[in-house]
Amino acid sequence: MNRLSWFNATSLTLGFAFLYLPMIILVVYSFNESKLVTVWAGFSTKWYGELLQNESFLDAAWVTIKVAVLSSTFATVLGTMAAYVLVRGGRFLGRTVFSGMIYAPLVMPEVITGLSLLLLFIGIGLDRGVITIVLAHTTFSMCYVSVVVSSRLMTFDRSLEEAALDLGCSSFNAFRLVTLPIIAPAVISGWLLAFTLSLDDLVIASFTAGPSATTLPIKIFSAVRLGVSPEINALSTLMIGIVTVGVISASLISKRKSVRQQQEEQAAARAA
Amino acid sequence: MQRFILIAVPYAWLLALFLIPFVIVFKISLSDIALSIPPYAPILDDGIGPFFAALDFENFVFLTSDDLYWKAYVSSLRIAAISTAITLLVGYPIAYAMARAPEEWRPTLMMLVILPFWTSFLIRVYAWMGILSQEGFLNQFLLWLGVIGEPLTILNTTTAVYIGIVYTYLPFMILPIFAALDRLDGSLIEAAEDLGCSRLQAFWLVTIPLSKNGIVAGSFLVFIPALGEFVIPSLLGGSGTLMIGKVLWEEFFNNRDWPVASAVAVILLLILVIPIVLFQRNQQRQAEAET
Amino acid sequence: MTQTVFAPWDDPNEKPLIRFRGVTKRFGEFTAIDDLTLDIFEREFFALLGPSGCGKTTMMRMLAGFETPTSGTIELSGQDIAAVPPNKRAVNMMFQSYALFPHLSVYENIAFGLRRDKLPKAEIDARVLEMLKLTRLEKFARRKPHQISGGQRQRVALARSLAKAPKLLLLDEPLGALDAKLRQATQFELMDIQEKTGTTFVIVTHDQEEAMTVASRVAVMDEGRVMQVATPEKIYEAPNSVYVADFIGDVNIISGKARPAETGTFQLHWADAHAPFVAASDHAFSDGQACHLAIRPEKVAISSERPAEAENAVQGKVLDIAYLGNLSTYHVELSTGLILKAQTANTRRISRRSFTWEDPVWVSWTATAGVLLGQ
Repeated sequence: MNRLSWFNATSLTLGFAFLYLPMIILVVYSFNESKLVTVWAGFSTKWYGELLQNESFLDAAWVTIKVAVLSSTFATVLGTMAAYVLVRGGRFLGRTVFSGMIYAPLVMPEVITGLSLLLLFIGIGLDRGVITIVLAHTTFSMCYVSVVVSSRLMTFDRSLEEAALDLGCSSFNAFRLVTLPIIAPAVISGWLLAFTLSLDDLVIASFTAGPSATTLPIKIFSAVRLGVSPEINALSTLMIGIVTVGVISASLISKRKSVRQQQEEQAAARAA
Repeated sequence: MQRFILIAVPYAWLLALFLIPFVIVFKISLSDIALSIPPYAPILDDGIGPFFAALDFENFVFLTSDDLYWKAYVSSLRIAAISTAITLLVGYPIAYAMARAPEEWRPTLMMLVILPFWTSFLIRVYAWMGILSQEGFLNQFLLWLGVIGEPLTILNTTTAVYIGIVYTYLPFMILPIFAALDRLDGSLIEAAEDLGCSRLQAFWLVTIPLSKNGIVAGSFLVFIPALGEFVIPSLLGGSGTLMIGKVLWEEFFNNRDWPVASAVAVILLLILVIPIVLFQRNQQRQAEAET
Repeated sequence: MTQTVFAPWDDPNEKPLIRFRGVTKRFGEFTAIDDLTLDIFEREFFALLGPSGCGKTTMMRMLAGFETPTSGTIELSGQDIAAVPPNKRAVNMMFQSYALFPHLSVYENIAFGLRRDKLPKAEIDARVLEMLKLTRLEKFARRKPHQISGGQRQRVALARSLAKAPKLLLLDEPLGALDAKLRQATQFELMDIQEKTGTTFVIVTHDQEEAMTVASRVAVMDEGRVMQVATPEKIYEAPNSVYVADFIGDVNIISGKARPAETGTFQLHWADAHAPFVAASDHAFSDGQACHLAIRPEKVAISSERPAEAENAVQGKVLDIAYLGNLSTYHVELSTGLILKAQTANTRRISRRSFTWEDPVWVSWTATAGVLLGQ
């Protein structure tokens, strides 16, 4: 159990090579001097320079970030409310429909979600643009947020809320002063999840975006359909880099926190 | 009052932006194509009487008359099923090795599996375009090894679609299986061996049955999204690769036939209901078994 | 001198602080509390004792306001509190899990309730300091709950619930999470604090020793009903039912039929081949009524010869000996198969036991040693 057998070591090596090699190759070739993507012609950062010159990419990036920030924020508020209702709401009329609507978008093909939202927006005469993308992204990512937050709420010690009520809090204050600060890590990871989902989404954005607003994935998709391009490699590398740094530092921070907490608990137990 | 607002706001949001759009899709799938914008003849505007009178299944009849559509459905099902099986074969040994790895490695290994999930789906599919193309990395590598005499055509074939699906959905397969195997008590294997099982028998009679829930969950998590997949077939697949998500997209954006696109969506949804219900039931049983 | 005895329940003029009147609580089909009537007085240390699922926690949660009675009324200082939400009640609760807010320091936890009342800062400071001093936590004010030990956490929970000077403090298994040694020390600390603050305490526990130690009165509960409410001495010496006698401590139960003898005493016919036992009782049992004699093992003597003066004596043989250090318990089997337990104090270091396995012995007790129970 302590040492890996050669079989297990091989599966791990091959498995992670399969997961990571394509991205590593992509990153390496983004520094290729040549326009021909597959021929190595020396190290260069010129594609990054060209990327930063490309106004249409920068515009799309700005729209994407705007959409992601807005939709993930709305989704976090709505998703947290929904999670609270699901876990603490008790019985109410249409509860089954409600929980069905929370879980359905998680398994719905994006083409269907996109199509149905587009038909709704056209039906009510809403011009397609940033607003419609934000509405669409909020809708599907709030479901992810509510799944993350409700799984945290399920393990939440209910007597903490009761203690707050017992000490004179209104139920809203009990939520604000006790529940929310304690479940904050789950709410934050819900926000991050919603943010990346919005950042990555191509299909739903394609349906709900109008001529006035194009997001980065739409831009990348239309460029990529014509074949591999070094500029897209550079852009992908930037995006991979940001995510990698973000995820690794987040996990390091949370690990350090839990190690410190453990040490403090042990110290307290020893002192007693 | 507070409680009412708490329930009403997310409820109303989902009703307006999730349920009602579906009703509209359903409605449009039953209406005639019209040349005006929006390109469908409204059928509910005149009231409920004419609604039933005008109701027709023309679009659905059309779907059955043109064999493009049912071929696309069958082919989607086949591609989703085969790639789920391949993902399971690739993912299980990885999950098994992770669960057998030293305890202090496991969080890092977990993070390495989750990390690709946070990176853009589109970029991960795109990465394979450069690898699989005629003069791509894989062909160059194989030529250099001398395994092949001339470059293989992989990009724009169904093979490339399999590779793309396995690659992008692999984490969804690994994580539930790893979770099941991680919980598995090592002394069970030892007990099986003590009672006379060989290594392989112990694996087959104890490990596999006890990780069944993980296998089932992982398979659904790959199968369901693969069925409606659009990005992978359109970037990696060729004109010969038929998948229903792609057909729907083209019907909508290229042919601008909204009623037919809606009918395609309705049928895709009906096909999806079965695996989704099965998946839900599996999850529920597992949750009950744990409590 | 009688003034010093604290017994408001015996004084008909005393007004109870809490009054349960015909309270019933149902959860769906399940009846958690069944038509319960009970008075609790000011400055009392009142224990609700019973096995898990007996309804004691439900009673406490109704007092705190987290549950409402299905029927009946609960009065606090003469007022029906059914409509008062938990955050408006002059009742505070110490939770079994302590429910300390993990994101707040010890100081902030104690100040939490005071801040809700919007008291001026200086007043809050003073009150928190007082509470920290009372619970000997001054040094830990800045620490977070995970940075202190289990015993300290318990004291923070107590300080927090006492900070608002409630009329009534509810304690849900307050010592359940502590290890045995710390629990004993803490029991006395609790009594001390209760006395100092003069607050009425209602404690829920399943540990009979704990209830006996701390409480002024104990209510023994079973299946949603109160079986007996009395002082610990009365509960132990004069249980009103076999259930209570059996629940508190160790007891021998001998079942039989009663026959009135001299005034105030009865004969208990317990086996055809044996002479009846004699027991004193204030209750009037009718001739032939089924009843049970409950007698504590420490009141049963064991000897090799038949004692001359004993009112009740019966022969048997030693079946088992449990050596408990300070005590030894002998299990003596009678010819009817009935097993009686007799306890003796080990006052001398034993080099040689007086009795050993299979020895024929006599067990004996006086007429007033046991209690005759109808149910």
